[in-house]
Amino acid sequence: MKAIVWQGTNRVGVETVPDPTLLLPTDAIIRVTSTAICGSDLHLLDGVIPSMEKGDILGHEFMGEVVEVGRDVRRLKVGDRVVVPFNISCGVCDPCRRGLFSACDNSNPNHRMAEALYGGVSGGGLFGYSHMYGGYAGGQAQYVRVPFADVGPHRIESDLRDEQVLFLTDIFPTGYQAAENCGIVPGRDVVAVFGAGPVGQFAARSAQMLGAAHVIVIDRVPERLAMAEAAGCQVINYEQEDVLVALRESTGGRGPDHVIDAVGMEAHGHGPGALVDTAKQRLKLSFDRITALRWALLSCAKGGTVSLPGVYGGLIDKVPMGAAFAKGLTFRMGQTHTHRHIAPLLSRIEAGEIDPSFVITHRASLDDAPDLYRTFRDKQGGCIKVVLNPWA
Amino acid sequence: MSEDRPTPPPETSPPTTEPRTDAAGQLPALERSVMGSVGVALMGAGLRSARPLQKLVLGSVGAGLAAMAATGRNPLATALKIRQTPQGEVLVSDAVTIGKPADDLYRVWRDLAGLPRLMTHLKAVEVLDERRSHWTVEAPTGTVSWDAALTADEPGRRIAWAALPGAAIENHGEVLFRPAPGDRGTEVVVRLAYRPPGGSAGAIAARLFGEEPAQQLRDDLMRFKREQELGFAPTTDGQSSARAVGGQA
Ligand SMILES: [Zn+2]
Ligand SMILES: [Zn+2]
Repeated sequence: MKAIVWQGTNRVGVETVPDPTLLLPTDAIIRVTSTAICGSDLHLLDGVIPSMEKGDILGHEFMGEVVEVGRDVRRLKVGDRVVVPFNISCGVCDPCRRGLFSACDNSNPNHRMAEALYGGVSGGGLFGYSHMYGGYAGGQAQYVRVPFADVGPHRIESDLRDEQVLFLTDIFPTGYQAAENCGIVPGRDVVAVFGAGPVGQFAARSAQMLGAAHVIVIDRVPERLAMAEAAGCQVINYEQEDVLVALRESTGGRGPDHVIDAVGMEAHGHGPGALVDTAKQRLKLSFDRITALRWALLSCAKGGTVSLPGVYGGLIDKVPMGAAFAKGLTFRMGQTHTHRHIAPLLSRIEAGEIDPSFVITHRASLDDAPDLYRTFRDKQGGCIKVVLNPWA
Repeated sequence: MSEDRPTPPPETSPPTTEPRTDAAGQLPALERSVMGSVGVALMGAGLRSARPLQKLVLGSVGAGLAAMAATGRNPLATALKIRQTPQGEVLVSDAVTIGKPADDLYRVWRDLAGLPRLMTHLKAVEVLDERRSHWTVEAPTGTVSWDAALTADEPGRRIAWAALPGAAIENHGEVLFRPAPGDRGTEVVVRLAYRPPGGSAGAIAARLFGEEPAQQLRDDLMRFKREQELGFAPTTDGQSSARAVGGQA
């Protein structure tokens, strides 16, 4: 089959690889009908997330049709049309039973690697997302092996198009969880979203769905800001305005009640802090650049929430912790517990409350994917979200 | 966990090859120079490595060895979390919470002959009688075996054992089964103590080459948890990739 393969730092390519097979009786094989490139794939592309190996198949946002199931699979049948959460969860461990699916105890076969870095515990496995997260082959391919097939995949019974449900695999639940973590008081709270990429777009619209009185989106890319503006958000271009001043002014000096950092560790930005972050990352002394996080802590209102869907990887410093303490902020963060959001969000799509396909700017075949990785990384051609058809 | 051991009279004690610290708490000069050069070599390998994780690990291990050589102290054993008793025993312990009742988990452990399925470096345990058993372990130097005896057996709560005198690797250990708060099942705590061949240097070398008991114990406990909770171990062995070897099963 054809698959997108990590070939080394900043090199992805299309290669012909063996078709996947069932490795355990609880596995299923899915024929992928649609898959997407995610902003977090870019952390793999440039090697910021360690433990990729040459030849790894990328991709964690995919959906398709079940073509084979292992003998212990009960819920899923050949022919089912499914969306598959990007995180792999066993469904029986304590975190899974509490709905903390991304924190699954059991699904990461390489638990050692994460334990060494993260205080003796590892999260669950992820599709196509480095060996630290299990080394599972990803879904930017014609077929993919799905472990714990009775736990993750969610059947799509309605005739919604792929493009309307594909993002239930990651960016819609990720943006939604970020907004949900804020504990928005409907009709009262102001929410600021740093980063108008795909997750930021869904976070902003989820904040609106959860009743935020006002949503402000901060970025520097005009077409991304325009997309947020089209949804009724106020926008701030941080290259044209002083973010902290603009946010104070927009909120009567209080600051946003909740701030969502949908940027994560590869923030751009300027000033001495950003330069130091970049230099340290280049020297591999640090994984993270934290401009967005600094702004989040400095701008957030007293008693507010800082919600982090953006990925952080390692150690960070020069965090304005004094500001966070002085204002009594709450931090909420972590990988998305995708499984628990799919059914309720699918209902919202079916009810016509949201059509997630608004975020798509580019459609292509697998053969075009390597070019589009670069287009997406460099934010060229108005690129916000790329959907791939593995059979085109 | 500590036992009283008779100290042999000085005149009959063999020349020590263990990196004992002398009265001033200093490491022997030879060991210092060996550690210094290994440390510098590892630091170099770490700096040359293109992979950040490897760089971090090799670099810090190397720096630790070099510092140990320079200061003549033993910060590396501490940095590598090698814990030692004043008697020179290495302590290894770890814990895992498993969503099963304590009685079930106790029964699996109490079946000593079945232990090699839980602890993969154990080759065989032969039950000799109610108290005694014969243990065989796969070591880097070949197989090692000894006789052990149960020193405690409290159903659903605790099992403890100790190697009988004359064992090639003196060791003792215990496993505790404690109800976890809430409905989370059972906390399984394992504590092992042993006298490593080659002393702390042996323990450090073993850690660097991945044969270290603390990591083995961690892996064993996770395998046990997954066996009990899932009935199998998740795997990616044999999955598709663009690598010629380790690709398709
Ligand atoms: Zn994603
Ligand atoms: Zn789980």
